[in-house]
Amino acid sequence: MTGNLKSVVESLIFVAETPLSLDRLVSILEEHERSDIRAALEELLADYEQSGRGIVLVEVAGGYQFRSRPEHADYLKRLSKTRPPKFGQSSLETLAIIAYRQPITRAEIEYLRGVDCGGILKTLLEKKLIKILGKKDVPGRPLIYGTTREFLELFSLKNLASLPTLKEIQDLAQPPVFEEQGELPLAVATGGGDTGE
Amino acid sequence: MTNPQQESANLFDDSHGAGYNVRVEAFEGPLDLLLHLIRKNEVDIYDIPIAAITRQYLEYLELMKELNLDVAGDFLVMASTLLQIKSRLLLPVQADEEGGEEEEEDPRAELVRRLIEYQKYKEAAQQLEVLPLLGRDAFIRSCELPDLKELQPVDDTSDVELFELVEAFRRVLASIPVQTFHEVGSEQITIADRINDILSLLQERDGVTFEELFSEGTTRDYLIATFLAVLEICKLKMVKLTQNSSFGTIWITRAVLDAVDAREGEESP
Repeated sequence: MTGNLKSVVESLIFVAETPLSLDRLVSILEEHERSDIRAALEELLADYEQSGRGIVLVEVAGGYQFRSRPEHADYLKRLSKTRPPKFGQSSLETLAIIAYRQPITRAEIEYLRGVDCGGILKTLLEKKLIKILGKKDVPGRPLIYGTTREFLELFSLKNLASLPTLKEIQDLAQPPVFEEQGELPLAVATGGGDTGE
Repeated sequence: MTNPQQESANLFDDSHGAGYNVRVEAFEGPLDLLLHLIRKNEVDIYDIPIAAITRQYLEYLELMKELNLDVAGDFLVMASTLLQIKSRLLLPVQADEEGGEEEEEDPRAELVRRLIEYQKYKEAAQQLEVLPLLGRDAFIRSCELPDLKELQPVDDTSDVELFELVEAFRRVLASIPVQTFHEVGSEQITIADRINDILSLLQERDGVTFEELFSEGTTRDYLIATFLAVLEICKLKMVKLTQNSSFGTIWITRAVLDAVDAREGEESP
């Protein structure tokens, strides 16, 4: 029973052109219970994880997709004549800022990077890695940007929460000098008390 | 040092904003350059020696101007910011060294915040780059659906391009044996004959395939006459050529006009 359902789920994920979410699976397999589908999916994930085969089942962009094993990338590159995607540093920086800070305006991105980002934003929009989420409710109503599902797919991310964690910004308001100075009068005060006796 | 011949094919590359694409040491902007100078001088980011850093920054700017006149305004804005901070530091706002109680912020504070923030995203960008990238590290099945519905013409077919018609004819031509080219005394076949043949064929059936029309032809004359016949009745809008997909089978069907005529005027021969 689950064995059959597992096989059905496997076929669906295999044929689907984009990552297939559990919700989508549930709507397609309307004759099955959600819990059964989830169980089948989990079994399938476990199967693929143990198999060590050239195909891996990954959770990406909120869905599930079969992909080649990343370790085999060098061999797979030979299969296609198209060059693999390559990012320039400025594109990556802009994309990172948008990914972590979305929704964000162009002015905010440019403040963070210190350079004009118009051309890069246009390219990223064309590549469907970012999208316009709307307009910010401030004077001038600037456009606000966010990342897309394609962005998650490209970087093999489950969702935005699975982005690599940012290093925390250290608090720079308190340089160590001030702490030392705080200690100083206290020592003098106690010393003063001793001499007084 | 500049890289004018960057691969324009690679859209992800930094070919846009080429104005300041001065790859002296691959600085992405003024903040990047400042971070580099801070690191190079091994100074504390929280206590930047503004005078020294500003001087080095301006030296770099000079170098960049020599390489590329259109050094982005962004770099100049930062230069003026640095100079402003430098002059504010020179002003005797607080005479004593231990002025911790002062409300006024260190003039460098905002710049330091920006630098740290920028560094954070610079690192984030590096982290993004090492993720398994689709098309570089991980690959998915490329999906090209085979043409499954080539069997019957359907209504929403696209019109056949003339080029494809010629292509189809060339395929037919290529398939006939070479030795029959010089057949002597073959019977005369006229275009009119073939038009009549095709039309009568279409009386019996709803549609014929392009290849079918040539199936009994053995000579070039016959084939060419047939092809010209197809073009002719197509021009007269007596037949319609349809195709389900590029390079798919070309179907010849009666034009709708023809059918209407036939129904209305029974007495016409």
